[in-house]
Amino acid sequence: MSKYNMHILVCGGTGCLSSQSNLIVENLERYIKEANMENQVQVLKTGCFGFCEKGPIVKILPDNTFYVQVKPEDVEELVKEHVIKGRRVDRLLYQDPTTSEHVEDSKHMDFYKKQQRVALRNCGFIDPDNIEEYIARDGYAALGMALSMSTQEVIDEVKKSGLRGRGGGGFPTGLKWEFASKNAADQKYVVCNADEGDPGAFMDRSILEGDPHSIVEAMAICGYAIGATKGLVYIRAEYPLAVNRLQTAIRSAREYGLLGKNILGTDFEFDIEIKFGAGAFVCGEETALIHSMEGMRGEPTTKPPFPAASGYWGKPTNVNNVETLANIPVIFLKGADWFASIGTEKSKGTKVFALAGKINNVGLIEVPMGTTLREVIYDIGGGIKDGKKFKAVQTGGPSGGCLTEEDLDTPIDFDNLIAKGSMMGSGGMIVMDEDDCMPAVAKFYLEFTEEESCGKCTPCRIGTKRLSEILSKIVSGKGTEEDLEILKELSQVIRDTALCGLGQTAPNPVLSTLNKFEDEYIAHVREKRCPAGQCSALLQYKITDKCIGCTACARVCPVNAITGAVKAKHTIDQEKCIKCGACMEKCKFKAIVKE
Amino acid sequence: MPKIMSLDELKALRDNVKNKVDLRIKGENVDKMVVVRVAMATCGIAAGAREIMNTFADMVREHDLDYVMITQSGCMGYCYAEPTVEVTLPGQEPVVYGHVTKEKAKEILEKHIQGGEMVDGIIPVAHKSLDE
Amino acid sequence: MSEIKITIDGTDVMVAPGATILDAAKKIGVHIPTLCHLDLHDTKMVNQGASCRICVVEVEGRRNLAPACATPVTDGMIVNTRSIKVLHARKVVLELLLSDHPKDCLVCEKSGNCELQDLAITFGIRDIKIGKDGAQSTYRKDVSEAIVRDMDKCIMCRRCETMCNKVQAVGALSGVNRGFNAVVAPAFEVDLIDSVCTHCGQCVAVCPTGALCEKEHIWSVVDALADKDKIVVVQTAPAVRAALGEEFGMEPGTLVTGKMTAALRRLGFNYVFDTDFAADATIMEEGAELVDRLTRFQNGDPTVKLPILTSCCPAWVNFFESQFPDLLDVPSTAKSPQQMFGAIAKSYFAEKMNIPREKMVVVSVMPCLAKKYEASRPEFNRDVDISISTRELAHLIKQANIDFVNLPDEDFDNPLGESTGASVIFGTTGGVIEAAVRTAYEVITGETLEKVDFEELRGFEGIRNATVKVGNLDLNIGIAHGLSNAKALLEEIRNGNPKNFHAIEIMACPGGCIGGGGQPYHHGNSEILKKRQTAIYNEDKNKVLRKSHENPFIKEMYKDYFEKPMSHKAHKLLHTSYEAKEKM
Repeated sequence: MSKYNMHILVCGGTGCLSSQSNLIVENLERYIKEANMENQVQVLKTGCFGFCEKGPIVKILPDNTFYVQVKPEDVEELVKEHVIKGRRVDRLLYQDPTTSEHVEDSKHMDFYKKQQRVALRNCGFIDPDNIEEYIARDGYAALGMALSMSTQEVIDEVKKSGLRGRGGGGFPTGLKWEFASKNAADQKYVVCNADEGDPGAFMDRSILEGDPHSIVEAMAICGYAIGATKGLVYIRAEYPLAVNRLQTAIRSAREYGLLGKNILGTDFEFDIEIKFGAGAFVCGEETALIHSMEGMRGEPTTKPPFPAASGYWGKPTNVNNVETLANIPVIFLKGADWFASIGTEKSKGTKVFALAGKINNVGLIEVPMGTTLREVIYDIGGGIKDGKKFKAVQTGGPSGGCLTEEDLDTPIDFDNLIAKGSMMGSGGMIVMDEDDCMPAVAKFYLEFTEEESCGKCTPCRIGTKRLSEILSKIVSGKGTEEDLEILKELSQVIRDTALCGLGQTAPNPVLSTLNKFEDEYIAHVREKRCPAGQCSALLQYKITDKCIGCTACARVCPVNAITGAVKAKHTIDQEKCIKCGACMEKCKFKAIVKE
Repeated sequence: MPKIMSLDELKALRDNVKNKVDLRIKGENVDKMVVVRVAMATCGIAAGAREIMNTFADMVREHDLDYVMITQSGCMGYCYAEPTVEVTLPGQEPVVYGHVTKEKAKEILEKHIQGGEMVDGIIPVAHKSLDE
Repeated sequence: MSEIKITIDGTDVMVAPGATILDAAKKIGVHIPTLCHLDLHDTKMVNQGASCRICVVEVEGRRNLAPACATPVTDGMIVNTRSIKVLHARKVVLELLLSDHPKDCLVCEKSGNCELQDLAITFGIRDIKIGKDGAQSTYRKDVSEAIVRDMDKCIMCRRCETMCNKVQAVGALSGVNRGFNAVVAPAFEVDLIDSVCTHCGQCVAVCPTGALCEKEHIWSVVDALADKDKIVVVQTAPAVRAALGEEFGMEPGTLVTGKMTAALRRLGFNYVFDTDFAADATIMEEGAELVDRLTRFQNGDPTVKLPILTSCCPAWVNFFESQFPDLLDVPSTAKSPQQMFGAIAKSYFAEKMNIPREKMVVVSVMPCLAKKYEASRPEFNRDVDISISTRELAHLIKQANIDFVNLPDEDFDNPLGESTGASVIFGTTGGVIEAAVRTAYEVITGETLEKVDFEELRGFEGIRNATVKVGNLDLNIGIAHGLSNAKALLEEIRNGNPKNFHAIEIMACPGGCIGGGGQPYHHGNSEILKKRQTAIYNEDKNKVLRKSHENPFIKEMYKDYFEKPMSHKAHKLLHTSYEAKEKM
């Protein structure tokens, strides 16, 4: 066994690294060696602790001491006091902000664990292909409990939990179940919407890959509640692993009698079939999804009728998103009250976010509703990459909007995000820094929706195309002030007139960036300048006085745009320059700048 | 597998499999059973998790380490640090390693699994589980 | 259910639950502009995709604007159809449509009949700010013998798709591609000719723009008329005379037989004949075939196939050739009246008048686009050289500055211009079978039929059936119009003919030929079809002769040329055969 009796964990996350955690490690090793204890104490670099606000973090095992904001010069004292003498260094301990007391044992400091795993409870902890591992963690017990309740009691429990749809709309799940349950029919359907299309969001895939039985169980509970015997999972064919795991899960559930006839000895019958989608974004919209499952063109239709009244093949159908369903078993296991105790007044439970963009800890996180953006970006996400300045975060994917510095302390929930001009969406969170040009960001999203528009209604089919054309003009320096006017006018009309949610929300990235960064748009249009320095069409390469006339740039320029005598300052002919950047890369004297 | 016919049967199975999992871990060699879980979701596999899983399997076979069980799980959420591997020594809290390369896998096996020493690259647990 | 109250532009209106805002607005005379919406409820054609978004209105308490055509009313709903927000949104939506639409209105076939153009006029659009230098969606032009698809002009209203799939059950057209490139097309964007398209032209009849038009032949007709070496013979189908007047502002349902004849003569046709003559011949042949099959059936001949299906409708022929290839021996082998006319004109008439075949040009005026395709079928050997639609005839008359409305009534030429009432009713659903029954009755029973009006065979229901007493025989008759109804009836036959039909009449277009794809545009007003139907029955009533076999020139023709129906010569010239066609 281990020869060490003490481990010192030093955070090697990007945030802590930038505050010299490397030096801390060096110093630790030096002082431990000086004390001749290198055979007893091991120093380890770790990944991010998710507490970057208080970094660098040093944690000492086995006594669980958690030191915060440790500086390299603190190390000597730390080794001499804690390692050698076994005395805690109080001034470096975390101070509880409410009690002002120093917290010694990190076991008592759960408050730094900003994440709470409910939907992702089993992801990464069990073998998804093994039903017994799921059962060992109370799997299918919720179904058993539900089957001993009346259908109305089941619906009431979900209503009481306050669970709202995690796919984007945020519609109360219990209410949705109730609508479907009240529409009498010879056949009803439970549909799991696994058509995750939001660029950058992949929580549904992760749940299906990591915990497929939670979806199978939740669908069966829903089937019991609304009176459906058939479940369908609409999943994109680009998720082969998720499909595979789900198929295995369905097969094992059947073997164990948890799907099929007489489930758990009751009269309840339920089975699940998988339907493949071809990956159209709009097929995440429930009416389009249903049409696609019926073998028709994936196009939305006007609501009403809602699927709860007339869905799959005209029968009452309840459509829930994967993450929504993943919460269902927990609500029964731990009680609706427990679930409702997490989150904000109108948004209960947790939400999974896919953190991406210019952030250090790219990944999948789950936080209670009401967590602030600041906590998500800095304490969990580890802050902005390369120490750059935070500029904005896009939530809600292409249907959402951007939030800025002033919104960082807003508790995240359905209603707050809408009030701030964005939306929850399916939980994509793309972080942007000072180098990101906002009109270019809007253009990126509009190109996505333009591509993904089904083409049914005019505002979306032609409108998003026009929006993206105007944005292209603007970022290439060809935009006019009239274009800005049209951009605003058209965005508003598309929002008011498009047929489905995809179209209605398509202009959001334009409207929100226009709202918060109008000056950037104006700079592009009036001054033909990109303040973020991203739009290459608006940039110029220039040679500064640092040039010594080595001619390297002139030789590398593919279009012979650079001229100048040897040992004299060179110049770039802007007419000829194609902005490839080769000269800048070649210049050893940093004499070429982009502005 | 006979079908489960009631909630009580389900609970009995749960208790049984809990023991079974424990048995599998502690079983014949209570002191030494080690569980290595490789996160094998799409993100992990794309980052090379399958290769890491094979590396562990090869090493275990090579060194005849019958007390090491290699299994898979879904995504742990640490996409920035894929591939990730969780190592649970008997009676200890699980430890998650990120950015696991073939070399790192070798180091984990030799130092952590065989030697009981942790190595660099641990990802500290920063979330509350269902029961906290 | 009791009616509910809603308020539109400050006026209260009571409507039935389930009604749309558009229905309610109509009730109080509020006109909400529409584009994709089309409600031909008599033919069960309702296009309610709510996709164009021109009809948006403001509903109090609703976040966004609501499409009036597809939003059901709710009790107490307060609607504003003309707020500034609404008017502005409509204008932007219209500008968007126009920004991706060719601006060649001056030379567009639909000009003057285009609903998009009408909207642009109504809204006073003078400048299209949005998408000024934006991309245009372009597609390969698809020209078949009957229909021209210029999808650059498609506005994705999907009326054609609804018509083709829901009403006609043909399934040739559907939305393809996504986003800006979305368009209605046959599967894999093959040409219509390679698709299951029947060329019925109903898509053209409902297309609001110039995206779907007919293949025009106006200038070929002019060229033929200008050629001094040619003898140009024209035939006009029964349904044309009941609709042509509409093109000249006359009330729908006005019969213009005499004026049409006069106009054709003034256009310079050498002989102005009537397809009705050939319709009478069709009855002679098809009636004889029916009597023959019935007689053999009653005598226990196991090879005989019943029911017999009419074969006058070329779209219907295309339909069963591609969709019911196993039932090719069920329809009558009689050619359609158009092709019978062509064959008679170029044989019997040509020989009689001593006109060499190559000198004769047969022009047909048809309410139909499938007739253009039919005329081009190789087995018909161009007996009919040029087939034009009712609309094209109107253009010809207009460009020749003929004052149509004030023309005197004139008669057709003889011999191929004489017809009976039986042939006139070929133009409406139920008419062919009624004409056949009039003749078959007398042939089978040997008695004179006193009451020639078979009211039980008339009407507008999609599928009808009736039993007619013919002597001792109860003749079971089925009638379908609209190909989805035809398909349903055909499937019944395929499954063993449980209703024991002896004869079935099928017309591809809703209403029969009066609603054909070549008729003046009805713009969604199905009352027009009913008025045309009434006109047809009136023409029948006013005829002295109302049974095909009483037509003296038909009698003369059989005496002098064909001997008798289904003779060897008749078979050669007046009958055809069908072949299975595999299409996409």
